[in-house]
Formats: sequence, C-alpha cells, structure tokens
Amino acid sequence: MNAAYEKILGGRSGLAGLLILGVLLLVIFPLGLDIFRLNLVGKYLSYAFVAVGLVLCWGYGGILSLGQGVFFGVGGYCMAMFLKLEASDPISTKIQSTPGIPDFMDWNQITSLPAMWQPFHSFSFTVLAVLAVPTLLALVIGMAMFKRRVGDVYFSIVTQAIAAILSILIIGQQGLTGGVNGITDLKTLMGWDIRTDSAKMILYFVNAGLLFACILFGRYILTSKLGRLLMAMRDKEERVRFSGYDVASFKVFVFCVAAMFSAVGGAMFTLQVGFMSPSFVGIVPSIEMVIYAAVGGRMSLLGAVYGTLLVNFGKTYFSETFPELWLFLMGGLFIAVVMYFPNGLAGVYEKQGKRLMAKFSRKKMTPSEPVKPKAAAKPDSAGAHLDGANLEASK
Amino acid sequence: MSNAPIGFESTDHPVLAIEDLTVSFDGFKAVDKLNLYVQRNEVRVVIGPNGAGKTTVLDLICGKTQATSGSIRFNNHELTKMSEHAIVRVGVGRKFQTPSIYENLSVFENLEMSFPRGRKVFGALTFKRTADVVARVESVAAEIFLDQHLYTQADLLSHGQKQWLEIGMLLMQEPELLMLDEPVAGMSVSEREKTAQLLGRISQGRSVVVIEHDMDFVKSIAHKVTVLHQGKILAEGSMDKVQSDPKVIDVYLGH
Repeated sequence: MNAAYEKILGGRSGLAGLLILGVLLLVIFPLGLDIFRLNLVGKYLSYAFVAVGLVLCWGYGGILSLGQGVFFGVGGYCMAMFLKLEASDPISTKIQSTPGIPDFMDWNQITSLPAMWQPFHSFSFTVLAVLAVPTLLALVIGMAMFKRRVGDVYFSIVTQAIAAILSILIIGQQGLTGGVNGITDLKTLMGWDIRTDSAKMILYFVNAGLLFACILFGRYILTSKLGRLLMAMRDKEERVRFSGYDVASFKVFVFCVAAMFSAVGGAMFTLQVGFMSPSFVGIVPSIEMVIYAAVGGRMSLLGAVYGTLLVNFGKTYFSETFPELWLFLMGGLFIAVVMYFPNGLAGVYEKQGKRLMAKFSRKKMTPSEPVKPKAAAKPDSAGAHLDGANLEASK
Repeated sequence: MSNAPIGFESTDHPVLAIEDLTVSFDGFKAVDKLNLYVQRNEVRVVIGPNGAGKTTVLDLICGKTQATSGSIRFNNHELTKMSEHAIVRVGVGRKFQTPSIYENLSVFENLEMSFPRGRKVFGALTFKRTADVVARVESVAAEIFLDQHLYTQADLLSHGQKQWLEIGMLLMQEPELLMLDEPVAGMSVSEREKTAQLLGRISQGRSVVVIEHDMDFVKSIAHKVTVLHQGKILAEGSMDKVQSDPKVIDVYLGH
C-alpha cells in the first residue's frame, strides 16, 4: 500500500474530496466566471487559508483564536511593503518633496525611508518575512500563553485584544504604515504588472495551488501522531500531560502553523486585490474568519474552503441584491448554522452521505447487522480517517 | 502474599522517598509533614477516610499540585521541582480516579499514544508505527486482558475494561513507579480478582502505590498499608497490623 496516498490524500474518499474541490477551483471557476468575478473568488480563497488554519488549531487543537486577522494582516503588510517600495521609484514619485519613498510617508512629512522598510527592497527577504514574522509572533504569543496554561476563553479574549491593539497601532503610525487607508496603489511585482487580467488569472492559480499545498500539509499533520495527540489533548488534556507530553509545545506548534497559513493568505490577498489595510487586521475580520471555518465545519479542512466561499458569496450576493438587508441576512445565516448545523457544511454532508450509504447498504444486508465503527479499522488505516470521519467522534 | 517486601527500609534504598511534605491550600493543610518511603517491587496501598489527602499525595508526586514545602525524591530526581511531563519521562506513571482514556480512539491507538517515542513536536509529526510499536502494544494488551479488543473504539469498552486500558497506557511508558487511584472502583468481583493478579504481575521490577477503599481488594494486593488521616500518617504496616490498630478502627474502619 502506498503510504503517502493513504496518509496525505486520505485514501479514496479523501482523494475524491480533493479532486472535486480541485475541479471546482481550477476548472469550473476559471472557465465559468469573468476575470472580475474570478479575482473576487481569488480574494475569498485567500481568506480560506485562515479558515484552514483555524480547522487545525480550533477544530482539532481546541484553541479558538479570535485574532487570526493579525497574522493575515502581518503577512499581507509584508507583501504590501515590498510592492509599495517597487511602486515608489524616484521617477513615478518625482512630484513628492522626497521622491523615492512611499507617497503616504511624504504626506506625513517623512523625509527618508524608515529602517523597518529598508529590507523590503529584497523580494527574497519579503517572502521570508511573510512566512517568518507571523509565525514568530504566534510563537511568542503561544509560549507566553500556553506555557502558563492560559486556555479556552481567556486565550480567545487575549488574541482578540492583540487584534485590536495591532489595528490601532497600524492606524496610529500613519507615516510608517499608511494609517487607516492602508498601503494602496500597488502596481508591479518585480516588474510584472499585477493589475492586468492575465496577471490576475495567474495569481488566482498560484493562490489556489498554495491553498492546496496548505490543505495537504494540514492533512499530513492530522494523520500523524501529532494530529491524534491534538484531538486527545482537546478531550483529555491531563491524560496527555501525564503520558509524558509537553502539552504547551503542541499547542504552540499548531497555533504557529495556523498563523503561517493565514500569513500566506494575507500575502496572496495583497497581490490579488492590490492593497492592504487595517480593516483586515482587527476584531471584526478576525471573527468573520472564525465564522468561515464554523460554517464550513471546524473539523474539515476542505469544508473550511467551502465555508469561506459560501459566506463570501452570500455577502456579495446579499449586499448587491438587498443593500439594506444584507447584514441581517448574513446574521441569519450564521445563527442558522450554529443552531442547526453545529458541524457546518461538512457535518451536513457527512450526515446526508451516511443516510445515502445506509439506503444503499440496506438493500445488500439485513438491517440488524451492526455497523462496524470507523476506528475499528485495521491498524495501518486507523490513523488515516480524516475530515468527516472525525466529525462523529467529536460530537 | 503479604510476606516478602516488608520491613526492609533500613537495608535497601527506597525508590520513592517523601520527606516532610506539606501542602496548604489557603492555610488548610491537606498534607502535613508527611514521610513515606516506597521500595522496589513493593505494592503500597494508601487508605483513609475521604479528605485524608490520599489523592493530593498522588497529585504532589506527579507534579499536578505544587508542594508548599518538603521533598519528594524518586531515584535521584527531586520531583517537586520538575514539570509534569518531565516527571513522567523519568519513570512515574499515574492513573486517575475516573478512567481517563481517549474515548474516540481504538484500544490500539490509546496504547500507542503512550509509547515512549515521538514525545516532542517533530518526533510526533514523523512518528511511524513500526514493528516494535505493534509488538509492544500487543504484549501490553494481552497483559491487561484486552488483546481481543485491540481495534474496538475505547468508548465501547465496559467500565472495568476502561480501567485496565488506562493501566495499560501506563505500562506502555515502562514506569518504575506506578500510581493508581482507585483502580477497581466500579468493577465486578471477577474483574477485581483479575486486577489483583494484574497488579501482582506488574509490580515485579517496579513499585506500585494504590489508593483504594475496597478492604478485600486491599488485603489481596497490599504488601504494606499506609493509613492517612487529616494529611498525616495515622498508621503504617502490614494489613493485619493496621486493621487491629485502635486509632485506625476509630477514624476509618470502625464506622
């Protein structure tokens, strides 16, 4: 048996799920949508990185972070700083009193590029910063909180406070960050114009490719012993601790992974949308991102992507069609999900799928025959049950 | 059964040495200047009325509760200054009062979780189920009477089987000191007998500390009994000696 096939792709059902999503994102959307709508989907998919990270740290790790916008934002700002420097060459900024620095700095009477911005002339540094800065930030927050056994609702409140602090900081430091407007007018990536239709198309595919990479990495984690430990910790933290595991280090790890995913999403957001602003950092966007994961099903990596798409399609559709009512409709959607589908879309799929399966199998066997529980499978596949399979166990 | 390991404190080096251990919760001394020595191969049972501090002593040994003063020495380690996972890694295993197992994993996976490899983040990420893991899980499962249930999901086990499974999870860690908080609570008579046999077997080469209320069970397993009362030792010795002690009868056994 091919171990990688079983582990990462999740066997036949896991592979089927990936293929369906792959066809949807890589074939149906690019063929069926005009470039404006496709770019919009690309923007939504950059939020899906956050939702996928939340499935890992919230769904499996039991760590509800209400501050994922921080990491999304930091990743996005790192990318935006690089693009802004490229857009601010001395020729195109010659009307400024200090040419060669970003326009908003000039407006704020700053006369030389701040030291913090200097390394962002380098693209390789920027890529490194996109990945490393949010991860290190998560490491510091995680160490400070989990080593002291701060958990549950207290952790959520602290992450929310951090999101508020960072957005206030960004808005306050106008000369350094562009303030409430954010970093706008981004034009080229190493000479390549990112505003053209073809660039948007390419970025959409890069974005989708990276999202699949994150999903596969997420599956790799969940199917490893670490994934089982996360679930074990969520239910019986003391038992895990007294089996010789340093519980905090596992929480820190999964929180860092979620932060890194979010940062990749943030950077891809900046590239596709062409700006970054504090409105993607604060409390409200951070909570919205949790809702994406909740709607999709917090135990399902693929569900998170569907949840993100559904909520954002809903948001766009309602706001275009019922401009006055859309917030209420969105609110109604969230309430409905929490009340009737606590495991989100993936939970609904799992339930209906089960019912269909039962219908089929009833024809073949007597109804009294007991159904073999999932975990009772052979040892080499016992760890491979994924996504939906764990939904039941989590109830 | 209660013959061999009694009365050898002076000659042998104790595996566990608790000295002047005190813990106070807001001024209330749950454990008060306690001294307790446990030898290798010994099964020590701690009994006493509710609130005597029995579970607190186990909490202190395994690091769940911080001592106010005193020392707990295990081999050459001072446990009062170590974190919980470090205490486990030097060879102390602890079973909780209510069976604490991973309900949605199979018996196999429950046991595998306690296999002492891949305990750090990247070790766990790259952990592979090799032949030695499978062999160890199977041998422990046979020992705890669950070899026929390896692939049963743990929440489908009976209460007694869950208790055994947790003991098995500790055995996976190969601890030198095993602490069991009420291991036969909720077990049937035949399950109790099997558990007594199990404890007799697994105490070979290690030390076992048991908290138990069931006096028949205590009689069948204990090499030595310690009676706790209000955080202090009321009596210590063989079961017969302790049972005939008038102080013990007065505060615990008599009523």
